[in-house]
Amino acid sequence: MSVGYLASDSLLGYVLAALVHIALIINIVAVGALVFIWLERKISGRIQDRLGPTRVGGKFGWLQTLADGLKLITKEDLMPAGADGLLFKIAPYVSFCAAIAAYLAIPFAGGDHPFAALRVNSGIFFVLAVLGLEVFGTILAGYSSASKWSLFGAMREAAQVVSYEVPIGMCAVVPVLLVGSLDLVYIGDMQAGLFTNWLVFNDPFTFIAFWVYFTCALASVNRAPFDLAEAESELVAGFHTEYSGLRWSFFFMAEYGSMFSVSLLAAILFLGGWNGPLPVTEWLGLTGEVGTLSWYLGSLIGAANLIGKATFGVCVMMWIRWTLPRLRIDQVMATCLKYCTPIAATMFLGAVLWQYNLPHRNFFGLSDRPAATYAVSEGWELEKAKAEQEKALLEQDIEGAEQSENLDETVESRTAEAVVKTVALRGGN
Amino acid sequence: MDAIYWPSFFFLLFGLLACGFAVAVLLATNIVRMAFYLIMSLSATSGLFFLAGADFVGAMQLMIYVGGTLVLLIFGVMLTSQERFVEMKTMAGDWIFGFLAGGALLVTLCWVAFSVPAWRGIDRAAAEQLQVEPTVAPLAMGLLGARTDEGGEHGYLLFFEIVSVHLLVVLVGAAYLARAKISRGTAAERTSHVEPGAALPK
Repeated sequence: MSVGYLASDSLLGYVLAALVHIALIINIVAVGALVFIWLERKISGRIQDRLGPTRVGGKFGWLQTLADGLKLITKEDLMPAGADGLLFKIAPYVSFCAAIAAYLAIPFAGGDHPFAALRVNSGIFFVLAVLGLEVFGTILAGYSSASKWSLFGAMREAAQVVSYEVPIGMCAVVPVLLVGSLDLVYIGDMQAGLFTNWLVFNDPFTFIAFWVYFTCALASVNRAPFDLAEAESELVAGFHTEYSGLRWSFFFMAEYGSMFSVSLLAAILFLGGWNGPLPVTEWLGLTGEVGTLSWYLGSLIGAANLIGKATFGVCVMMWIRWTLPRLRIDQVMATCLKYCTPIAATMFLGAVLWQYNLPHRNFFGLSDRPAATYAVSEGWELEKAKAEQEKALLEQDIEGAEQSENLDETVESRTAEAVVKTVALRGGN
Repeated sequence: MDAIYWPSFFFLLFGLLACGFAVAVLLATNIVRMAFYLIMSLSATSGLFFLAGADFVGAMQLMIYVGGTLVLLIFGVMLTSQERFVEMKTMAGDWIFGFLAGGALLVTLCWVAFSVPAWRGIDRAAAEQLQVEPTVAPLAMGLLGARTDEGGEHGYLLFFEIVSVHLLVVLVGAAYLARAKISRGTAAERTSHVEPGAALPK
């Protein structure tokens, strides 16, 4: 896609395209944090039989977060006298960068031209790898603050995040297995159509894997009941005890950013991604085949769908936070190692067996999977072409044995054709 | 405005970042700062992989090397947090040996890099014709014994299997070494909730 007459490799065009992507991603994280902090206040208020913020910005106190932000900017930027200055100052940005970088590879709508800053062939792997890096900021903050509370909080977080990466990875592999690709765009597109095609309803094993994923995601983003790194009752405020003002708010933006990104990931992997429960965009004819404008509208509806689902996921996280008491550190580790990991491993095995025995059934085996959503086999074109050749060869063998001398040449030329085709197909991607 | 060849620009940027932070690792005296610079250097290397179109290797670099440095960082914090911000000084002899070993490796690598003809870069016109190819499926097929670029032959199944079994053995060994060492008798006493010497009901 070129922007008007601006060449994509000219300085202005390149920088402009990059800036648009960056602005959109930062917008999602920053505005998302604004909305979610307000939502958290309202939801916690309602759960505790209070009203929450009511005044700032007229109705519902919807500008409360902005007022908070203004207050944070005017606060003094404190640093403990014994702190390691460089690491103390840089730690919030490390957290925030990791939270933002995950959005680089998350698509917001699918199709041939997905709404993604960067379509990565190994998308889910990249996102999981980057999400695991957020803990660096926490550890650096805890170490450099020269405070016992901070250090305790950071070490707890390190133990927790490293452990919970294992079951998360196992649960994320289940949709990858069913779809046959690590590409998040494929994974989302494979769930198009009715909600019966969503991978969470594919079989009993993915259904349970989804809940294990959600539990572990909750733990990996450090939310209650797993928020041991900032346990207020024991550690004052955990790793960000010594932070104030804008630096402190960067930690919060990172937390809400990663909450939203794990929810987005849950929605794409299990809950149909940008496909609504009913294929409304398809009924309205808003697909890529009709025209650019209809494709754009359809993708926008898809993006709204995905953001809606992810927002619902974040709300559920808040609901859990204000309902359940905090676990002890040994209970957190036991939940991961004794329950989540074995359950995730069993669900993975079960999904493998299911896919092997009933590859074309979905919705718990009750309905047939549409042929368009069979597992993709990207990069297999060569193998498929070879299999076709062998089949053709067998047929020719039956026809006449005297032609067999010419067959080798035919195979070679056909293989070359297949290679060309493969390269063309890959280029198209 | 002049068209800039962006891949070269980003190659220089990431290369400079990787080398700069690698030097910073050498010059830093605090172990946690060293680990932090190492993380930055390794992340810049993963940027180089992404630039080369090897997104799977790039993500692997982030997950294994950068994530593995996390453990280094944790140990650095745990071992040095007894005193506040321990400074580590390098001896003059260590510098000499370090420069000898590192320099020898650098010279060898540079010599190899510039002497193998297949590793010469292609010219810009040809480079601009290159397309992004999917990386995951060919890699996975290669590990399972069928290289897609060689018509399904010369895979790495045996090596993959050896490495997998080796890794499994290492994991089992680590779990064996790390397990809590409680003798059988004490564990039974702890779990049975029976007072020592109390008569068992029959």
